[in-house]
Amino acid sequence: MKRQIYLDHAATTPVDPRVLEAMLPYFSENFGNASGVYTISQTSQGALEEARETVAGILGCSPEEVIFTGGATEADNTAIAGAAFAQRESGDHIVTSAIEHHAILHACESLDDFGFNTTYLGVDGFGKVDPEQVIEAVCARTNIVSIMLANNEVGTIEPIAEIGAAVKEKAESLGRRVVFHTDAAQAGGALDLNVDRLGVDMLTLAAHKFYGPKGVGILYVRNGTPFRPFQYGGSQERNRRAGTENIPLIVGAAEALRLAVEEQGENNEHSKALRDKLIQGILARVPNSTLNGHPTERLSNNSNFCIDGVAGESVLVGLDMEGISASSGSACTSGSLDPSHVLTAMGIPAERAVGSLRLTVGKSNEDRDIDKALEILPEIVERLRRVSGVG
Amino acid sequence: MPRYSKTFLDHFNNPRNVGVIENAEGVGTEKNEVCGDTMTLYLKVKGERITEARFQTLGCSASIAASSAITELVAGKSVAEARGLNRHDIAEALDGIPPAKLHSAALAIDTLKSALDKSDVDSQVR
Repeated sequence: MKRQIYLDHAATTPVDPRVLEAMLPYFSENFGNASGVYTISQTSQGALEEARETVAGILGCSPEEVIFTGGATEADNTAIAGAAFAQRESGDHIVTSAIEHHAILHACESLDDFGFNTTYLGVDGFGKVDPEQVIEAVCARTNIVSIMLANNEVGTIEPIAEIGAAVKEKAESLGRRVVFHTDAAQAGGALDLNVDRLGVDMLTLAAHKFYGPKGVGILYVRNGTPFRPFQYGGSQERNRRAGTENIPLIVGAAEALRLAVEEQGENNEHSKALRDKLIQGILARVPNSTLNGHPTERLSNNSNFCIDGVAGESVLVGLDMEGISASSGSACTSGSLDPSHVLTAMGIPAERAVGSLRLTVGKSNEDRDIDKALEILPEIVERLRRVSGVG
Repeated sequence: MPRYSKTFLDHFNNPRNVGVIENAEGVGTEKNEVCGDTMTLYLKVKGERITEARFQTLGCSASIAASSAITELVAGKSVAEARGLNRHDIAEALDGIPPAKLHSAALAIDTLKSALDKSDVDSQVR
């Protein structure tokens, strides 16, 4: 069996064996419901609060500002709807960018039905949001501004600290509370997550993006932030997220985040070396290929290209037949035939956007994996161009 | 990614009859306006029979596999028989095609019809 080469770490990552080990005791052994009063529940309660403290330590916040959710989608939906409805009386406006994840975009669209309206800010050719435009968009009816920390498709890092400071200033001048949220799902483990340095009121994380389990997310909510829960039931998470706490997944999320931050320097260095080799190699060996996103202000693991004369999906199937896993646009959009909304917002025409390829590296990748990809990809592209007669 | 059959992957990886036929009696080009896939089919017609078919396709794996399959399906068929083909015949020739990708087979059929219509095919058919 040939070596499988996984180059889709932006989609998800394997659970780190150390994380799995930390989770295992909480399935069958220490299974108690954290709300119980007996001893086995106290073990769960202890693990839950320890996980919360670990996360709080990394975000630079108080433990009670950390809410565990069923994933980043839920955290994003909660942030948007929670902040929007909490100030329903005084506002009905949301500001976000056109390149957000659908967990934000579709949440905003869903609020149209309830009388809210959303401003979707454009981005420049590198996928950057302009803080000036954010400020111009914020008005006396704005309840929430949500801009991602780093884009999931092209890896562009947004100037969140700058936007955060500007939103705060504008909000003060308007004499209202404008909640500032950042979706850090793609940035978790790679970038600084200190909520004060970022100047955010809310922040979303997904454990499975940094070698933690799927199905668990983190929503940071600054004390005093207008908030309304998204799901109702028991009094878990201080009445902000009902439902029995998923202790093994929460323990896994906290341990994964702890390891990711502890090993951030070496992981970023490892990824960046492989990423740069991929970028240089592809641009040199695949004629009529271009890099999407920012040349330097991008996530250490992300590379994204447009390749003329081929369709992205064909390249993915060709790579898969050679044991290489990659993606085109975002895995979440693969069910749709439309070109990527991120590339479109960056001004890339649809006929070029269909030939997009995202390769995202990670801990398991070695130099030889990049060599293999650089050997295989030009052959696949050449073959597909013979078939298309284009490029 | 959907699970593709061995036959499908073989047609994608080693597509049959890629290229152009100079002075073809039938040439058709069709584009799926939603996904942008573009297919061109060239037909050599002698008497009432299609003797050769070639294609050029810019598109997803299913569009390439469907193009390859249709060139094999029409070769040797009469023009009337070729007109009777539908997308399910292509799916069958590929040993199955995921439902979400049937539009690729439909594009191949549309391209075939266009090649048979906009052409000198009729002058060949007595």
